[in-house]
Amino acid sequence: MIKVTVNGVTFEREVEPRLSLADFLRHELGLTGTHVGCEQGVCGACTIILNGDSVRACLCFAVQADGCEIETVEGLGTVDNMDPLQQSFQAHHALQCGFCTPGMLMTGVDLLRKYPLATDAEIREGLSGNLCRCTGYEHVVQAIRAVVEANNGG
Amino acid sequence: MKPPAFEYLAPASLDEAVAALADDEAKVLAGGQSLVPMLNFRLLAPSLLVDINRIPGLDYIEDNGAGGLRVGALTRHYSLETSELVLQRFPILNAAMRYVAHLAIRNRGTIGGSLCHGDPAAELPGLMLLLDAKMKTTQRTIAAADFYQGALETALADDEILTEIQLPALADETGWGFEEFARRSGDFALTAVGATVGEGAARIVVIGAHDTPLRLTAAEALFPDIDAVVAAAQAEVSPNDDLHASADYRRHLVGVLTRRALAAAI
Repeated sequence: MIKVTVNGVTFEREVEPRLSLADFLRHELGLTGTHVGCEQGVCGACTIILNGDSVRACLCFAVQADGCEIETVEGLGTVDNMDPLQQSFQAHHALQCGFCTPGMLMTGVDLLRKYPLATDAEIREGLSGNLCRCTGYEHVVQAIRAVVEANNGG
Repeated sequence: MKPPAFEYLAPASLDEAVAALADDEAKVLAGGQSLVPMLNFRLLAPSLLVDINRIPGLDYIEDNGAGGLRVGALTRHYSLETSELVLQRFPILNAAMRYVAHLAIRNRGTIGGSLCHGDPAAELPGLMLLLDAKMKTTQRTIAAADFYQGALETALADDEILTEIQLPALADETGWGFEEFARRSGDFALTAVGATVGEGAARIVVIGAHDTPLRLTAAEALFPDIDAVVAAAQAEVSPNDDLHASADYRRHLVGVLTRRALAAAI
């Protein structure tokens, strides 16, 4: 039996050891905002925040998250009350099909917290582990740039 | 792309973990950033995963009192990347961490996991060889030079766990250079070269161009004749042809990156 807190709500579930944290969130808790792409840690679509740090939910087993705090894209904001990063993605058209977007957002949250992101090169470097097959990277960089500038008072 | 079934144990002590590894189909799970993809590809099918993440006292970066550092095996890459002590004592390690994967991987991946996985194109194994690190395990202390025996193959016994990495002080005024070439930011290196220069001698290690990280002793002996060092470096490596680059291209990179790393180190 594991006990996890996801977006402020505590859940207790019986899990098989080999169940990934990504599949746990989607199949056991019905939180399908976390997307599963490559299942090998390459595409970044399943990025979530675990105990305050971004991680690949496909490279962590649910059983390892016992006692942990998890934030997923569902906890970031709602349609009526979006997070500033989500608002910026909308304003800058930073998504096309949207498959990679939850991973881009959760990665963006951690990047904004940990790095100054003073240059676009630094933002691109930070996003290099998140693949977008629509190749919409330019607008994602612009969306994050706008949040950096807003946070810096500009 | 789901892993085969396994039993899971999260012991609270190293003794318990070692005892669990007596099961010869058991594997240690640290950060999981290399192990879990291998499970998902079904390259491995352990009967038991021994998760060492709940064992206290394995995550630290400490002054060794003699100008070097002691690093707990469970220290995350992000901690190494952002450690002031690492930056002061081993700026080359700080610089190399920028090339290690992506933030979400660095948040989770551990130094011990990377070293025990032993990917010949990974930065940390090469850096440990360059910096003459010692690997403290539950049984003994192993020099980095004796640790790698082949691709993904280390000197560790099945029931032996790496607990600490010991980095001896660099001589005063040691210069350094780390040069890597990868197709995309965060990818494994096609080839990288690390070099230190101090007290008139050079130490050079190459990754991604051999079965293991490789110290280029023949090339080092020719320092400071840079052209001779570069030629010897290219002769010393045995790179593979693969999907990402030909052996000839990797050998070319060894030359270019050795020259750049030495230029930065001098």
